[in-house]
Amino acid sequence: MAIRMKPVDVALVGGGATAAILGKELAEEGYSVVALERGRMRQTIPDFQSPYMHDELKYSVRHGLMQDPSVQTITFRNVIGQKALPMRQLGSFLPGTGAGGAMVHWNGQTWRFQPESFVLRSWVEERYGKDFLPADLTIQDWGITYEELEPYYMFFEKICGTSGIAGNLNGKIQEGGNPFEGPRSEPYPNPPMKQAYAGHLFANATSGLGYHPFPVPSSNVTRHYTNPYGAKFQPCMYCGFCETYGCEHFAKASPQVAILPFAMANENFELRLQSYVLRVEWDRGSKRATGVTYIDARGREVFQPAELVALCAFAHHNVVLMLNSGIGAPYDPVTGEGTVGRNYTYQTMSGASVFYAPDVRLNPFMGAGALGTAIDDFNTGSFDHSELGFIGGAYIAAYTTTGRPIHRHPVPDGTARWGVAWKKAVQRHYNSTATLTVHGSSMPHRGNYIGLDRTYTDAFGQPLGMITFDFPHNDRLMSRYVTSRAWEIARAMGGQQISVNWLDDHYSIVPYQTTHNTGGAIMGTNPTRSVVNKFLQSWDLHNLWVMGSSVFPQNAGYNPTDTVGALAYWAVEHMINDYLKNPRPLVPT
Amino acid sequence: MEKLSRRSLFKAAGAAGAVAAVPERLITPAAAQTEPVAPPTSPVGGGLPAGDPRAGHQDVMFFFTLDEARFVEAAVDRLIPPDEKWPGAVWAGVPEFIDRQLAGAYGVGARMYLEGPWDLGTSQQGYQLPFTPAQLYRTGIQEIRTWLSQREGGGTEFWDLPVADQITILEMLESGEVPLPSMPSSVFFETLLANTIEGWFADPAYGGNQDMISWRMIGFPGAYAQYVDLVTEYNQPYERPPMSMAQSARSHSHHATR
Repeated sequence: MAIRMKPVDVALVGGGATAAILGKELAEEGYSVVALERGRMRQTIPDFQSPYMHDELKYSVRHGLMQDPSVQTITFRNVIGQKALPMRQLGSFLPGTGAGGAMVHWNGQTWRFQPESFVLRSWVEERYGKDFLPADLTIQDWGITYEELEPYYMFFEKICGTSGIAGNLNGKIQEGGNPFEGPRSEPYPNPPMKQAYAGHLFANATSGLGYHPFPVPSSNVTRHYTNPYGAKFQPCMYCGFCETYGCEHFAKASPQVAILPFAMANENFELRLQSYVLRVEWDRGSKRATGVTYIDARGREVFQPAELVALCAFAHHNVVLMLNSGIGAPYDPVTGEGTVGRNYTYQTMSGASVFYAPDVRLNPFMGAGALGTAIDDFNTGSFDHSELGFIGGAYIAAYTTTGRPIHRHPVPDGTARWGVAWKKAVQRHYNSTATLTVHGSSMPHRGNYIGLDRTYTDAFGQPLGMITFDFPHNDRLMSRYVTSRAWEIARAMGGQQISVNWLDDHYSIVPYQTTHNTGGAIMGTNPTRSVVNKFLQSWDLHNLWVMGSSVFPQNAGYNPTDTVGALAYWAVEHMINDYLKNPRPLVPT
Repeated sequence: MEKLSRRSLFKAAGAAGAVAAVPERLITPAAAQTEPVAPPTSPVGGGLPAGDPRAGHQDVMFFFTLDEARFVEAAVDRLIPPDEKWPGAVWAGVPEFIDRQLAGAYGVGARMYLEGPWDLGTSQQGYQLPFTPAQLYRTGIQEIRTWLSQREGGGTEFWDLPVADQITILEMLESGEVPLPSMPSSVFFETLLANTIEGWFADPAYGGNQDMISWRMIGFPGAYAQYVDLVTEYNQPYERPPMSMAQSARSHSHHATR
């Protein structure tokens, strides 16, 4: 018999970025909120301090801040019909565990999605025709427009102290910014990061080719800054330990720095740690969530009653929770019916390396997570696809994020993998290699989805989630096209050799690519093809809301965090202003 | 090719040792790239008896048996060998690093999902053997030694083979063509290679990368890190000696200077 806790107004599953946002805003309105975080407390001091945070083995290789697969993992297969097997070690992506979630170990690259992204189905059909895409490419409109979301992007960027140059201010294109971005209502709250040497070489080459280089928008804050909550940031020191690390300097926008302290200062908010949520409980008659059941730090099963439940866990985990709770119709890839688990997408990554002469010193260790120079000339809304046969696109960036050598010791194609020749090549090229990232969109495909595994279970005996995913043909064409442009840029950068990392194999769960898993509990306008409405409210249980990138109908050629944060502020505003005083479906069906 | 014993390694270090008398500030990657510079003073001392490759180590092995340690020492020094400028993996302490990793949480498979049923699956599905890393080494080394002993003209242990033969065997393991009963030989090889690179480049606090030798080789400054004033000084050599986490934490707060 489960222990029954005192009822609260709102139970949040997770203690990361979106839970911090909802917790802060709802507690301030007087609602009692408990956030159930499976991990422990982590604070900038003492947990992220130098020199012990600068430990590549512990944090990048052994994943010290990440989810523990021995407690819970997913199973994976490329295609329907194949046997799914457990992801036994982390690899392709790195969900977080503990207060702050994955926004502790992010890089701070803070991109808005283009306006076209939010109305992708309508935009493609209008621009390229209804027959442009194969039927199995299940792209959708989001049910929200860029214009609706813009104020929330702006607010989240102020919360994060985002640093950059506006490229489009109220429709006017600005020198030095990204001319392909949607109109911004205000400039970035902080000036851009400095430009590293690799970025400088990239900017020269891309300018010469007629493209439009600009500094990557960064939530590694560039000066002393106080956000709207009163959080005090300090300037980034360019230490090169950002992604997979916590920031010691109060410079990277983590929930610990930017949001969480202001939720925790309110007595209406409780961050309940080591609380592992198993499922959402719901009433079949009234079709309302009644609370959540979790395992506490002592291993006891606990029921937390709540008037409203919001899923704020990592992308696919939200979906697995819904499936394990029996909420909504599970997606069936054979019939194409059902919604929960549908449109699982990822990110289509490729790149190129430019190997310079040995006297060129790029000093890759003088880095920051979002230190980079990019072009956006080949993202979804930036160029004409009509003769190309695919949709989507990618930004191309020269990042200088890390010189950490276990993972970064580039050598040209054809170099031996070990032995004297390898060792000499590592020495020769370590400081003289620039890396280009092609950060591509990911389109949903009928066969890519999240289900439940029938064989493997987590540490609590619940079925593991099962991911079926491979790169759709559309995304391979897109990647080939944009990576070819990156190759041309690499050639124009003046090195001695170039290696291109093409997307030319099946998706693999092994090598790290990005932690940009998206979809599975998608937002939309139609309850038969989406899980939540435009306010992120479940179509099935109106007092269940879903946050995070699990609601993206497809993924754009950008990092997701800015859109995740903006959508959380958009949703919580409607939760407070329109829903909680009069709970009901906000979009009639 | 003659067997490259620990003793001959010391000879190699000794031969270059004359240059090791240069002031430490010159032992930087910048200097190393313009002229051959010996590795800094060996952390393991000299004058050791020949024959026992473990004799020079001041540290005990926590996981490996003596024969396993011999196998790993020979293998990692083929993967990252000494050359005319820089010592190799054994000098750097990579065997000790791997031993300590296998004796600890990594070795027992902490943070690994180790529930069955077991199926090898496809390469895209990643590691699917029932072994923890420690079990993988123990089983894999034993099976490789058995395979070697059963070959025509076999009977010589891996670590006693000529260097060229050791390299050939590692290449066979890498390609998966060594028939081991319990695992694809390529899985054993890839684990060994990954752990060797980890030990070579990880902070010396973990037992490998002694004297920050790999960091000196490539010019990585290590745990020390604030470059806000230097990041825009393009194409400039950075010659500050590297720093380990194990060095005084107080010195990490100093501002970067060249």
